[in-house]
Amino acid sequence: MFMMSILEDQTHRVPVHPMVPEPWRIRRMQRETHDTFTLELESAEARDGFHFQAGQFNMVYLFGVGEVPISISGDPNKPQELVHTIRAVGAVTKAMRAAKRGDALGVRGPFGSCWPVQEAAGRDLLIVAGGIGLAPLRPVVYEILAKRKNYGQIALLYGTRTPADMLYRKELERWGKRTDLQAHVTVDRAAGTWSGNVGVVTTLISKAQFNSRNTVAMICGPEVMMRFTVRELQRRGIALENIYISMERNMKCAVGFCGHCQFGPTFICKEGPVFPYQGIQELLAIREL
Amino acid sequence: METLQNLLAEHPFAQGLEERYLALLTSCASNVRFEAGRVIFREGEEANQFYMVREGNLAVELHAAERGAMTVLTVGAGEVLGWSWLVPPYRWNFDARALEPTRAIALDGKCLRTKAEQDHDLGYELLKRVAQIMEERLHATRLQLLNVYDVHS
Repeated sequence: MFMMSILEDQTHRVPVHPMVPEPWRIRRMQRETHDTFTLELESAEARDGFHFQAGQFNMVYLFGVGEVPISISGDPNKPQELVHTIRAVGAVTKAMRAAKRGDALGVRGPFGSCWPVQEAAGRDLLIVAGGIGLAPLRPVVYEILAKRKNYGQIALLYGTRTPADMLYRKELERWGKRTDLQAHVTVDRAAGTWSGNVGVVTTLISKAQFNSRNTVAMICGPEVMMRFTVRELQRRGIALENIYISMERNMKCAVGFCGHCQFGPTFICKEGPVFPYQGIQELLAIREL
Repeated sequence: METLQNLLAEHPFAQGLEERYLALLTSCASNVRFEAGRVIFREGEEANQFYMVREGNLAVELHAAERGAMTVLTVGAGEVLGWSWLVPPYRWNFDARALEPTRAIALDGKCLRTKAEQDHDLGYELLKRVAQIMEERLHATRLQLLNVYDVHS
């Protein structure tokens, strides 16, 4: 019964068993980079759409191949569009990359905790993403831009390895032109025609304008990148209790039963993936985890 | 009034500097402006200046015959370009180029070195600030080398 309530509480959808995938079809596939692609899914059954909160994830099942946890990267205000950006790194995601329009996928979810978008109202926001870490943060950007008046200064800082690894290029260009959003992009390595910033994502923090005493920071990327970003934010005066990160581990059941994603006393799939940094700071320092 | 000393005092590199040191720095400083594409210095040239960037963006580049110019990092508003003026043999190790129209305060390295030799407290203060930048750049370079966005990470 508890498992049922997860879906009822967070999505307001007709409760289904969280272990049973619902069939969705690929409506559109967009290649983002050489190894990353975005799937837009549609469902004949989910008439009310797919309601989720920014930061949550789904278990996406390629029938006959396997199931993987994928962050939802679409707009929470557009429940008719279920969007996932996926990096082809393993057997399942590589097979998903070969899927075509009209192919069926199974979806369980949404699962997990969300970014504190509502709680951050009235404050400045610093969104720091590295690599594919922009995917789970994109819903935050959609949501705060839809309610722009509710927030103070907003900065989106995004770092990738090279210009060719950049996600959502057109959207970033659009966001870069807005006067009510500070969007800064950097790459670790550049050559040729790239005329933007070069350097690690932490170097962008000094370019952002925010009131450190009234700022909520949301970070997603490789763990080492998040660690150093937190350090830099602290140096700039942002208190640890205002910093949130999104963790990634080997999620399997997504409801805290199987233990695959156990991280000390927590399950990433259930208490996470979004955590207040202060809450897991000590766990991150334990190398055996 | 927007005097050179005021502009200098507003830059993060000079933040918290005593008034007398600000005055000393100002006596070695000048306002400069670079158009996009302008080469500011080249590897091997004498390093007689450093730049406190006020607006714009500069690229620090390394040139390789087979690959052309490779940007190692970019330096924007509030940041500092160059420390070779402080370390013998006072030669630039990289090229620098303006990526967009850029305004900066140029400080004469020879002038600063002379003043630092005369006043070691000033020299120590400058060294602490440059060392901080070196530490940040070294740290960032290590992170770049880690290639954190690779799949194995």
